[in-house]
Amino acid sequence: MLLSPEEWEVINLSLKIASWCVAVAILPALAMAWVLARCDFFGKSLLNTVVHLPMVIPPVVTGYFLLVLLGRNGVIGKWLYNTFDITLIFTWKGAVIATAVMAFPLMVRSIRAGIEALDPRLEDAAAMLGKDRSTTFLTITLPLIFPALVSAFTLGFARALGEFGATITFVSNIPGETRTLPIAIYSLLQVPGGEDRIFRLVIISLILSFAALAFSEWLVRKSPARQMKAS
Amino acid sequence: MLKVSLKKQLSDFQLEADFETASGVTALFGPSGTGKTQLVRAISGLELPDEGQIALDGDVLFARSPNAAATTNCPAHKRKIGFVFQDHLLFPHMNVRRNLTFGLATNAQLKFDEILKTLDIGHLLDRKPRDLSGGESQRVAIGRTLLSEPRLLIMDEPLSSLDKARKSEILSLIERIRDQFDISLLYITHALDEVMRLADHLILMERGQIRAHGPMTEILSRHDLFPPSGDMDVGSVLTGQVQSRDEKLNLTTITSAAGPLLVTGLENASAGDAVRIRLRAKDIAISLNAHSDISTLNQLNGKVTSIHDHAAGVVLLEINVGVIITAAITVKSLQALNLEVGTPIWALIKSVTVNSVEH
Repeated sequence: MLLSPEEWEVINLSLKIASWCVAVAILPALAMAWVLARCDFFGKSLLNTVVHLPMVIPPVVTGYFLLVLLGRNGVIGKWLYNTFDITLIFTWKGAVIATAVMAFPLMVRSIRAGIEALDPRLEDAAAMLGKDRSTTFLTITLPLIFPALVSAFTLGFARALGEFGATITFVSNIPGETRTLPIAIYSLLQVPGGEDRIFRLVIISLILSFAALAFSEWLVRKSPARQMKAS
Repeated sequence: MLKVSLKKQLSDFQLEADFETASGVTALFGPSGTGKTQLVRAISGLELPDEGQIALDGDVLFARSPNAAATTNCPAHKRKIGFVFQDHLLFPHMNVRRNLTFGLATNAQLKFDEILKTLDIGHLLDRKPRDLSGGESQRVAIGRTLLSEPRLLIMDEPLSSLDKARKSEILSLIERIRDQFDISLLYITHALDEVMRLADHLILMERGQIRAHGPMTEILSRHDLFPPSGDMDVGSVLTGQVQSRDEKLNLTTITSAAGPLLVTGLENASAGDAVRIRLRAKDIAISLNAHSDISTLNQLNGKVTSIHDHAAGVVLLEINVGVIITAAITVKSLQALNLEVGTPIWALIKSVTVNSVEH
């Protein structure tokens, strides 16, 4: 199946935005998951609720909030523009932010489950063998939560590939800049006679999702933590 | 030497400990749920005490006044305390070799191969923890801790997840470690036979409090520490040596300060072995004469040195038979035999009732 330049553009853009999305979100998601899994403090359930909000409110509403906050005249958007000359609205960077906000709760949930499944006394054991916290984190914690990180990656990537509502609300539908796969399919649905092109994009969309899933399965199977759980 | 004086509020009682340990094996002994693990976690630096001081070999590891921040709080990884956990906690994603070398001391003094040999784990190096049996995994956990060359080795009920055969295997291993490496050991347990076999010193704990500490034989012989309502019977600990063994009758003759004693058990002992014996007060009968027509094999001649009330209708006699042993008898017998301090008596001890362990 040969693809047209426009189709390549859509695919490249979608992959770029989804990759940036997980790259931007993975560390904050890890930190947030850590705080929610291991720390106890006043207001924790409120924080937990806020983190999960993008999962429960309509994506269009999330997009609207982003528009209000990060638009040229938004509280943060204005400051970003004046200080760093960064414009998010109507740009692919904005699409990254929109997808990251939508993917964040999924990633946090997945990593948190991994951290909660880890016996914290394994970290105690490492400390008693003379290892400081950062060494312990790198040699014990990280390898053991690796499967959870991979699944967070996959979920986040897939969410970003499929994100529609928040993205189109915040950054609109600009070919080559913000027109990702779902937005491209939606656009084609608006004009008559695009059935075969829609079908091609739908197939591509399925292939990308399957590939992401298969890759993550492979990564998890390669990981030492998985070998331990096989028993 | 470890010096501890600390307080910590736990969920249902206050942990309060004040003690020093000498070199050798110190057992931290008490029923489950008395805060033994919390105490050693505080000593290790894994939990923060509310107040107190912890010092090891003269170094202050922790110091905190009441209602203030800690002035000294050496992080756990710098305390050079080894911790063998109840459930071993090997790192599941590393093979045995990497587990063993994980905490390897820089400028290691101990020989890796020597440890492997002592622990008999050389053949396990390439295995993953999930492929080890309980005993093997505990041996690796002990080896890993030894190789980090701690100043103090804490073992938190290291036998509790093992079956009987593995228990005895790990016990002899711990004895070997005690003898081979010059290391102080703080051994947590709620099993009397482990204390009898290993400990030189004993810290007796109950509901977060230290009830007594001192030489093991002394503490376990005190009658005031074991009230009738408690889990443990009053008794006396004697040390002795195996003189001979009658394999056919499965009887061992032990020489002790109280004279020769015949006991059952001790199947693995041979002449010359040091043994410890605990005589429960309630297993000792008192007579004014020696008897030749009685099944009881041990008859010790001595004098009553003191009489104490115990439970309702029961008194404890302390009897000097070369050493002091304690016998529990009824008030009725006390009156019938007209026993007083200074009365010469015979203590009758059935061989089958003696708890004896090799030391």
